[in-house]
Amino acid sequence: MTDQLTGREPEVGRARVRKEDARLVTGRTNWTDNITVPGLLHIAILRSPMAHARIERIDVTPALERPGVVAAYTGRDLAEGLGSLPCAWPVTEDIVLPEHPPVAVDEVRHTGDPVAVVVARDRYAAADALEAIDVDYEPLPPVLNMEAALAEGSPLVHADKGTNRCYTWPLATGEDYATVRERADVVLRRRFVQQRLIPNAMEPRAVVAVPPDTSDQYTLYSATQIPHIVRVMMAVVTGIPEHRLRVVAPDVGGGFGSKLQVYGEEAIGLAVARKLGRPVKWTESRSEGYLATHHGRDQIQDLELAATRDGRLLGLKVDLLADMGAYLMIVTPGVPLLGAFMFPGIYKMDAYDFTCTGVFTTKTPTDAYRGAGRPEATFAIERMMDELAAELGMDSVEVRRRNWIGHDEFPYTTIGGLTYDSGNYESATDKALALFGYDDLRSEQRKREERGDPVRLGIGVSTYTEMCGLAPSRILRDLRYGAGGWEAASIRMLPTGKVEVLTGTSPHGQGHVTSWSQIAADVLGVPFEDVEVLHGDTRTVPQGMDTYGSRSLVVGGVAVHRAARKVVDKARKVAAHLLEASEDDLDFADGVFSVKGSPDAHKTIQEVAFATFTSHDLPDGLEPTINAEHVEDPEAFSYPHGTHLCAVEVDTETGRVRIRSYVCVDDVGKVVNPMIVEGQVHGGLAQGIAQALFEEAVYDEEGNLVSGTMADYLVPCAADLPDFLTDRTETPATTNPLGVKGVGEAGTIASTPAVVNAVVDALRPLGVTDVRMPCTPERIWRALRDARSARPEEGSS
Amino acid sequence: MTRISVKVDGTAYEDEVEPRLLLVHYLRDRLGLTGTPVGCDTTNCGACMVDLDGKSVKSCSVLAVQADGGEVTTIQGLASADGEWHPLQRAFHEQHALQCGFCTPGMIMAARDLLRENPDPTPEEVREGLEGNLCRCTGYMNIVRAVLAAAAEERRHQAPEPGAVAEHAEPSTAGSGAPV
Ligand code: FES
Ligand code: FES
Repeated sequence: MTDQLTGREPEVGRARVRKEDARLVTGRTNWTDNITVPGLLHIAILRSPMAHARIERIDVTPALERPGVVAAYTGRDLAEGLGSLPCAWPVTEDIVLPEHPPVAVDEVRHTGDPVAVVVARDRYAAADALEAIDVDYEPLPPVLNMEAALAEGSPLVHADKGTNRCYTWPLATGEDYATVRERADVVLRRRFVQQRLIPNAMEPRAVVAVPPDTSDQYTLYSATQIPHIVRVMMAVVTGIPEHRLRVVAPDVGGGFGSKLQVYGEEAIGLAVARKLGRPVKWTESRSEGYLATHHGRDQIQDLELAATRDGRLLGLKVDLLADMGAYLMIVTPGVPLLGAFMFPGIYKMDAYDFTCTGVFTTKTPTDAYRGAGRPEATFAIERMMDELAAELGMDSVEVRRRNWIGHDEFPYTTIGGLTYDSGNYESATDKALALFGYDDLRSEQRKREERGDPVRLGIGVSTYTEMCGLAPSRILRDLRYGAGGWEAASIRMLPTGKVEVLTGTSPHGQGHVTSWSQIAADVLGVPFEDVEVLHGDTRTVPQGMDTYGSRSLVVGGVAVHRAARKVVDKARKVAAHLLEASEDDLDFADGVFSVKGSPDAHKTIQEVAFATFTSHDLPDGLEPTINAEHVEDPEAFSYPHGTHLCAVEVDTETGRVRIRSYVCVDDVGKVVNPMIVEGQVHGGLAQGIAQALFEEAVYDEEGNLVSGTMADYLVPCAADLPDFLTDRTETPATTNPLGVKGVGEAGTIASTPAVVNAVVDALRPLGVTDVRMPCTPERIWRALRDARSARPEEGSS
Repeated sequence: MTRISVKVDGTAYEDEVEPRLLLVHYLRDRLGLTGTPVGCDTTNCGACMVDLDGKSVKSCSVLAVQADGGEVTTIQGLASADGEWHPLQRAFHEQHALQCGFCTPGMIMAARDLLRENPDPTPEEVREGLEGNLCRCTGYMNIVRAVLAAAAEERRHQAPEPGAVAEHAEPSTAGSGAPV
């Protein structure tokens, strides 16, 4: 669509190739591990080989004898200058908040818990010296199973706390669930397990800490999603005054939540740099990261769904056990609660009853992983909808139609208490069904079943929504979160007409430089190429709340938009003066102020910027700048939605699953860059499908991580995944001026239940009603065997 | 310490190295060629791929001494001397085949090897050919598109029709919009 008056094509909506790419495709990258500074030393960390033990004795002095070793520290050596690692989300008043020293002092509580630190001249020397450290461990019983952990007499992860229960968080809305349940014709009960996942950002974490030397500040380079939050928290943990600490997120190679964290190694780096007065680097090996970088998911979900015979939902009861792991990291306890409001999904019902209990175990702590609480919720309700359809002999799309919020019912306040501003589930679903060829696939499915084909076809449906745009600060207050949910942007109009956008978001693959350029170029009427976007350095961009939770566009992008509007407002005053006209008489289009009725009298916004640079001719009282900043506190969450359809072929003889087709129609509101949006959807789908079919962090009964290397944990490769057919509907959000909703997590949230629903759908005629994730050939084979032995008289029809 | 001489991205180097030094650490820590990253410690991810004497190798599984007398090309040596990108670099950019870009050097080096062996692969052959390279961001679909687009461009380049000008890769047809 071209602007009729100016001939300028709007930037928002264009599939611009990314500005970020040039450096990345030529290897001119700045990953944290690439950074080197004069005098750099290397840190290696000795980690507990045991899940739970008392440190009886530890001696690091033999390590000091090793060649190249400069220093070695125990937890006690470092404890003096270092506080406990923070949890910013104490979700209840009586939550159990254990101490979490960056290096364990008396007790280790998961394999990989740090026990000592070696500093040496190079990474090989540091790693070698670890084996010289003497540690005597007195083994303590591991705590690995959440239900057993809550039972009377269980060994305790934190003995001083007297319990493994971290918190219990209830929510009951609508009518009384028990009463509603009485009215039900059908009550379905299911237990689903959200297996533990390892996020696997391709760039391992790394930290470079530089003490004051040629600069008066400490500088911390970290492979993080949240440089601004890290700065505040590191000031608290290390005692380095915040104004003397600069945090930089250089190029960051993916995060998916795993770098939304305040990590012990950041504190260790700063503490060692302070002790030695030397810059230090730590880079995790992948296997080390599997123990030291937080994990995701890990819930047991007990669900009860009450419905009428004609498929209308009456109520939903959810009982969650959520594995916290050994310690509470930055938002560990809050992650399951991000799902608390989303279990009812897009459906109407009369009662909703939710309880979540957080449980400590002797495993790596969990925290946000792409979707964070919302994939778990979506999985549960979407699996239950399919179970209900099966129970009632109803089509799985039809049962959803009977219950979802109609497009004419928005804004709609759900039973979970959220107000969904907009959406159109009908149109996304209809579009998806058509692209998918739903009816044809159903008839093929029937034929295969009739002829007893050993390769069964299954069709999985997932009609999801999610809450994005974290978050309105007042809601965060009500949820007892320790910070606000705003985002900052500022715009500098440079004298030569170029533009700098400073954003508090901290991209690590999402393409903010490109998208924010598009947003700013449209409002300011300047060329896309003339906009530079700066981010990820607290010295350049002092204020920010960083990147996670599909918030960046909805909060940070909107902040850029509003800051640009403020620039135009300020420029209008100056332009009015320069053009000797009143502000009301000025038009602004395509970067040009012109006087209504006399189009020859005009000034470009760049000319106005230059006029404020010289400032030779500004009226009294007018500030000589048109630079502006804006801090956006969103008024509401946003609610992307969509319909995902998956067809799988399941070989009942081998248990192998092949995804035959995957169609999704997502509604993420207005789209700034369709190419980037499509890429986000693809990547999200891959991770959601990986949970359904491939990935699981497995511990043995001693508490060792069995899937402890990339060779044992199945991150899918290109050959494991299909092509996706993606499309969109566009129902703008009504709660922000761009109409955007966020897209970072949609694919992950929607796809897991679509795939598992498809697998179960394929096997249901054989008596299978669930397959635990990941749906590996072995699990499918076992599910079929169990179903057969449960119904011997029916044989293997 | 062992003395090695190796040519990397067109420059000849002679160095004393520890026998156990990995090629990737030689490139990164000694030569400062940090365009080749390390993504794992079990030779699974492929992020570290470089070309050694005409074959792509995982440089985390090769010792620097094994490259003695050899010639290495990294992602940083792929563009032509006048800075013109390799068709794969261009295609990855145009097809949005990278997000964070951490896997990209390895993907491009692996794809280059793949296309040398099979200049006209099917999408399935591309997927199988890249089995040793992991990407956590893209879901691979755009990577497959990019490799096919680069293959098409290279074929056009190899055998231009009379009067035809080698064009950029075809824009993607599926999905929500061709890049501009
Ligand atoms: S770093 Fe070489 S394969 Fe992963
Ligand atoms: S683009 Fe991030 S890992 Fe491939």
